[in-house]
Amino acid sequence: MHIQEVLRERILVLDGAMGTMIQAYGFEEEDFQGERFRQHSCPLKGNNDLLSITQPQAIREIHEKYLEAGADILETNTFSSTSIGMADYEMEDLVYELNFASAKIAKEAAEAFTLKDPSKPRFVAGSIGPTNKTASMSPDVNDPGYRAIDFDALVQAYREQAIGLLEGGVDIFLVETIFDTLNAKAAIYAIDSLLEERGLEIPIMISGTITDASGRTLSGQTVEAFAISLSHASILSMGLNCALGADQLYGYVQRLSDFCPHFISAHPNAGLPNAFGAYDQTADEMRDLIEPYLKDSLVNIIGGCCGTTPEHIRQIALLAEKYSPRKFKSNV
Amino acid sequence: MPDQQTFLQLSGLEPLVITPETNFVNIGERTNVTGSRKFLRLIQEANYTEALEVARDQVEGGAQIIDINMDEGMIDGKKAMTTFLNLIAAEPDIARVPIMIDSSKWDIIEAGLKVVQGKCIVNSISLKEGEAEFLSHAQKIRNYGAAVVVMAFDEDGQADTLERRIEICKRSYELLTQKVHFPPQDIIFDPNVFPVATGMEEHRTNALDFFLATQWIRENLPHAHVSGGVSNVSFSFRGNNRVREAMHAAFLYHGIQHGMTMGIVNPTLLEVYDEIPEDLKTYVEDVLLDRRADATERLLDFAESVRGDKRNVQAEQNVWRDQPLQDRITHSLIKGIDQFIIEDVEEARLLSTRPIEVIEGQLMNGMNIVGDLFGEGKMFLPQVVKSARVMKKAVAYLQPYIEEEKEEGVQAAGKVLMATVKGDVHDIGKNIVSVVLACNNYEIIDLGVMVPPEKIIEEALEHQVDAIGLSGLITPSLDEMVYLTQALKRKNLQIPLLIGGATTSKAHTAVKIAPEADFPVIHVNDASRAVGVVSQLMNSETAETYTQGITEEYTLYRDKFLERTTEKVYASLEEARSRPWSFDWSTHIPVTPQQLGPQTWDDFPLERLLPYFDWTPFFRSWDLHGKYPQILDDAVVGEQAKSLFADAQQMLQQLIQEKWLVAKARFGIYPANAQGDDIEIYANDSRSEIIHRCLTLRQQLQRRETLPYKALADFVAPKHTQIKDYLGFFCVTAGFGTAEKAAAYEAANDDYSAIMIKALADRFAEAFAEYLHQYVRTEAWGYALGEELSNEALIQEAYKGIRPAPGYPACPDHLEKKGIWELLEVEQQIDVKLTETLAMWPAASVSGYYFGHPEAHYFGLGKITPDQLKDYCKRRNISEEEGRKWLSPNLNDS
Repeated sequence: MHIQEVLRERILVLDGAMGTMIQAYGFEEEDFQGERFRQHSCPLKGNNDLLSITQPQAIREIHEKYLEAGADILETNTFSSTSIGMADYEMEDLVYELNFASAKIAKEAAEAFTLKDPSKPRFVAGSIGPTNKTASMSPDVNDPGYRAIDFDALVQAYREQAIGLLEGGVDIFLVETIFDTLNAKAAIYAIDSLLEERGLEIPIMISGTITDASGRTLSGQTVEAFAISLSHASILSMGLNCALGADQLYGYVQRLSDFCPHFISAHPNAGLPNAFGAYDQTADEMRDLIEPYLKDSLVNIIGGCCGTTPEHIRQIALLAEKYSPRKFKSNV
Repeated sequence: MPDQQTFLQLSGLEPLVITPETNFVNIGERTNVTGSRKFLRLIQEANYTEALEVARDQVEGGAQIIDINMDEGMIDGKKAMTTFLNLIAAEPDIARVPIMIDSSKWDIIEAGLKVVQGKCIVNSISLKEGEAEFLSHAQKIRNYGAAVVVMAFDEDGQADTLERRIEICKRSYELLTQKVHFPPQDIIFDPNVFPVATGMEEHRTNALDFFLATQWIRENLPHAHVSGGVSNVSFSFRGNNRVREAMHAAFLYHGIQHGMTMGIVNPTLLEVYDEIPEDLKTYVEDVLLDRRADATERLLDFAESVRGDKRNVQAEQNVWRDQPLQDRITHSLIKGIDQFIIEDVEEARLLSTRPIEVIEGQLMNGMNIVGDLFGEGKMFLPQVVKSARVMKKAVAYLQPYIEEEKEEGVQAAGKVLMATVKGDVHDIGKNIVSVVLACNNYEIIDLGVMVPPEKIIEEALEHQVDAIGLSGLITPSLDEMVYLTQALKRKNLQIPLLIGGATTSKAHTAVKIAPEADFPVIHVNDASRAVGVVSQLMNSETAETYTQGITEEYTLYRDKFLERTTEKVYASLEEARSRPWSFDWSTHIPVTPQQLGPQTWDDFPLERLLPYFDWTPFFRSWDLHGKYPQILDDAVVGEQAKSLFADAQQMLQQLIQEKWLVAKARFGIYPANAQGDDIEIYANDSRSEIIHRCLTLRQQLQRRETLPYKALADFVAPKHTQIKDYLGFFCVTAGFGTAEKAAAYEAANDDYSAIMIKALADRFAEAFAEYLHQYVRTEAWGYALGEELSNEALIQEAYKGIRPAPGYPACPDHLEKKGIWELLEVEQQIDVKLTETLAMWPAASVSGYYFGHPEAHYFGLGKITPDQLKDYCKRRNISEEEGRKWLSPNLNDS
């Protein structure tokens, strides 16, 4: 069953945070290294994406917990799996393998659940993060014309990631946590041309990040300008995630929902981080803040970002069953 | 209702959605090297700072999209496009509008597409090189997510008939929508605007064909748009702007009627359609619509004789006088009409039990509406100031009745002390903020200008004020603000400070002032924000969160700022001096001045300065942004600008007739040569006696290898060349009489006119400086004898030579003024004084140097490092501490 058809029938639930769940395992340097990277040239602790190779069982477990909680869409453990992100760990050569492995783990977990209950098909979204270098802002305030990375280099990096995800079996590409629209344009450019070459059609989910109460992306765009800038791709959904909790994000999702002809997604954080960077919002609290999104028919896909756990997703999934999806405006 | 998905949607930082209701989208055309010589020069010189200003001016002037073109053989178009677009991305007030990437070269277009985050327009592609290339470019544009302009051009050439236009557009549309699935709403056709009235028979239908092609496209190619470069149409009338303006207006009018949705327009060459005199309109439209065989001849004949007929303005009828009392009072307040206010207030007073109720009731009701309209951007500053004038008049009338009742005055929302700091005399901005706050029921204690910190503290204590507003325009005022802050802290006075004025900035406030305070310090950058800030501060419920928010914001800002300053790289003074701006002096012999030595003009006739007025800054001083004269027709502020302008004209007339102001000048040209970074001034052309020495400062912020580190001294022939060069000095003023007049207005509760007279005096001083510079160029020095420039050209500084002023970016050192004063005996001769922080008094004065070198240009010094400070103090013979004080805004302290 195509995801487009399912989306017309019900609200789909995206899974929650990967990082928060990994933390609970308390992995140390040697767990990150596994046998294979004992002799690696630099420390690897913190390279969560690497765990898909060195601790695949843990990643699979996390996926399964989210599926049990009721998630319809799993995100692959590939948020930073580009040559740009992996440069920090001197693992640029591993990009294809990381994406392929992560996609495969998620796909296997999802297929097992679909098999158990074919009336609730599960999907895998290949997570494509923003990279730590931006194409439309200068890191050097004295030289506003300088760029640490350009479009072509980004296209190259995203292409590499997309090939791994595609061959690993993802159903969707999820370009997410976009704080610089030009980076996202490069990702879309890479995916579009890859799909064109291979004669494939795989839908793309777009999800931007509104950094703060200014109501704009980090690169300065309003919600509407952001949506317009990316609306050329064969987009499944347009949405927002991260940085804000469900209550702060509501107004922006509403604007997006009013403006966009696509399906709408939202995966907010579990509130704002406390002084120690941790998230305190409980599943019940978050559920109550999410309810207006569904009651007011703002979204077609709902989930969680930083600080959310399977319990948060379980509450959200129970809620989502009670409401009908937002009527989308186009013939996507 | 049409489907929103078929609308053309574009974006910069903000969206631009073109709906059927959108009247017309105008595209700015000044950032085009093929159309603007100035922009070309800026790009060739890699002067991107000024190039950005060109873009900013357009956006401020109302351009909804900006066209950028770098197609010039002498520049690296790809690199220039990338650099300029990257720089624009860092300027939110430019980047908010969508970009049109304009080039005939695909590699330049693609370079542009790779650096723009918003949805832009590519201008243009066509079938000129065949279908394959056309489609491959279109496919790429789709992948980059841009809209496209398609020229009516194919393998056989450019379409020049209606049939060819239709044929090519139809074919292009079908290829785009069917072969590459290009969204039809993202296709914008340019069906070629060609000149009319050229005398060539085949050109007669050029405009008409465009209109009909436009109509055909809009009717037959669903959702596609039409654009065009309007000024082409009037090509044969170059030099006759009156006719060109009318042609452009009429062309646009008919273009829009036929379905044209956007166009590249030069707003300075555009009349308002309704304002075109009927006869001219008829002749122009006869040509555009090809209505008569002899249309061209008739327009040409008429063009010889066009003159500006002014339409009669009908007197407005006072129908509103029949409305209920409250409506009448509100109307008077909103419109700023003081003619009936006493009579209405009297009526209200008789109806109320206590006179105070009129203020608290009818008058405040009206002012609240004024406040709301201002907040929503529906009223503009000059209007609010006029409203305040009416309010003041009404309150003044009621005051005796209120006192008779032996009551307290109206309970003010809070007390704010306002002052221009010690040594500074500029107060237009401060007065505007005062008036706006007063309108909002705050009591204002205005201490005027040049107020020492002790006085501010004393008055603040005596009046128990809730906030202090500090204003300053010259750079030393920034330090004064810091001193006052320290003094307040020492006295343990927790009074919030508002910082404003042209040289102040959020950066300075956050980095230099706020850390000195243990109370809120807030930078208020324009008058419209003042009320919001003050009301948040004075509301006990919001005050704490608000100030906490500000403190956090400034701390973050400061940290970021300090982080970035340490990253800057500077050349050592030695290195900078080794790469000065250099010039082959053997190719240039400075002209020997006609008149050497100082001279005085006493009481210069004011009316002779009127043609030299630059009105744009006048509007800016009232917070109305836009270029004159287009600002008068601006969709948002136009009406307001017109009314302000009319008031200014009226005052100007009276001012000149009754000679309110006295203008004086003192200037002189002297033999001079550069000696290192100094310029030596000699008693006479024997050049044996040095009578004065100007100290210039040299840029040090690291520049690319090929670029020089400039100092003003570089524009004067070095001593060793033995070339006889010269340097001029001047001081002009138009300020005598201003203070008295303004005080009289203030006493009569007419702040509007008090601000107006000061703003006009400033314009006179600037115009005088412009006039005198022209006189010096063409007569006194005489190096530009044949120069003939329009006022517009003067404003754009199209002349040779510069007149930098101490305290401005090229020579920020205010101490240089002292030297000019001594050399020219300014105070003895024309009575213009320097304050202790070296501001000029009267405030409406301008002083500076004249550099005659044909390639002399303005630049910004930027920051200098301790080695230059040390060297400078030695040359100046002052302590480093004192040098540091004067140059502090330009010191890199890291």
